[in-house]
Amino acid sequence: MRTLTDLIVEQGLLKELDPSKIETISGCGKNAVFEAGAYIQKEGDPADHFYLVRAGKASLETFIPGRGNVIFKTLSEGDLVGVSWLVPPYRSSFDARALEECRAIEFDANCLRQHCEADHDLGYALLMKFVPVILDRMRSARLQILDVYGPDGDG
Amino acid sequence: MKDDRGLISAMVPAAARVLRRQVEYDEVVTLEVERPATLTKEFLPGQFNMLYVFGVGEIAVSHSGHPFHQDRIVHTIRAVGKVSRALILLKPGDWLGIRGPYGTPWPIDHAKGQNLIVVAGGLGLAPLRPVLYEVSSAKDAYRSMRLIYGTRDPSSILYQSQFEGGPWAEFGQVTVDSANLDWQGNVGVVTDLISADTLDTENAVALICGPEVMMRFSANALIDLGMREDRIYVSLERNMKCAVKQCGRCQFGPYFVCRDGPVASFGQVDKLLKIAEL
Repeated sequence: MRTLTDLIVEQGLLKELDPSKIETISGCGKNAVFEAGAYIQKEGDPADHFYLVRAGKASLETFIPGRGNVIFKTLSEGDLVGVSWLVPPYRSSFDARALEECRAIEFDANCLRQHCEADHDLGYALLMKFVPVILDRMRSARLQILDVYGPDGDG
Repeated sequence: MKDDRGLISAMVPAAARVLRRQVEYDEVVTLEVERPATLTKEFLPGQFNMLYVFGVGEIAVSHSGHPFHQDRIVHTIRAVGKVSRALILLKPGDWLGIRGPYGTPWPIDHAKGQNLIVVAGGLGLAPLRPVLYEVSSAKDAYRSMRLIYGTRDPSSILYQSQFEGGPWAEFGQVTVDSANLDWQGNVGVVTDLISADTLDTENAVALICGPEVMMRFSANALIDLGMREDRIYVSLERNMKCAVKQCGRCQFGPYFVCRDGPVASFGQVDKLLKIAEL
């Protein structure tokens, strides 16, 4: 039977971490399942958890008056849901929802923050895993804002 | 001294009749045009024609038809200016002027026996459609074939029927920048789909077409996965006037896009794409 540590290692994001660090991280995790349509997190909620998607598909969304909920990013196996737990005020910035049944590893953010505070090597190692994800999403967001597919030219 | 008569005749459009008009989505139309007998040269995927609307003007538009069906000329056009707006309003039976084909083609033969990666953004799928037609009919000639297509939203997916249960479904992936909840597909920018998990970039050739910023980011994402610049090809878009390398309107650094492009290797043009003045 596979342990939570095995499941974490199977996902790309954290697999290169030192085994002892993965063991510590897995101590703050548990399995979670979200039915299609269920919210994983809601905008403005305390960022008490974050998730590593194991299977299924999830969305990051926000509500726009007149348009309803608009999806700006879909996430699948290996993707991270939630980065707001890293820094104060620890509040979720967007809605996250399962678009289909979604299996994930749920991490207790308080638990992990305490470990990171006690072991800065762990905190640094985790940040080095999270920062590229944040950078990638920031790059994507900027391209989305630029609306590069809009009409252009004069011919 | 130049042969002015030859030059002039090369710039005279042939009259051609519109056979079919297909609205793709808002302000984007595909025209099927009867090929005039005087246009003797067959087009290669990636090349373009100059389309002339009588009394309005002339613009360059890439071929987007089937390279094996050369009896009809197919162009997908978005209304962005007075000529393109007049073009999308043409109806079956209307006449327009055509000259071409011009420019460099996609290096499809160079990709044979290798992994072919096609990345398209927005209307940039149109100049790549002839490639997809050709490659789809000879899949065994390539080690693998992948199409990644990004666009603004689900309502602006070009040639939608080709993806959903169509011939491109098996090798194509679509992503949109944003979507409402009724969209079941991927949401995110096109570079989100350029990943080592899904693409084999070893011995790969990549063809990219779309807005310039999208092409730059896509090419750099492929380079980050280990691809060489000279194995990545992009299609340049510059305003063209004569299309026969005389007027200099399409000059891009040391190149004339009508002669040296529109298809060029990313290694050839990478630095030029970052010069705002060009």
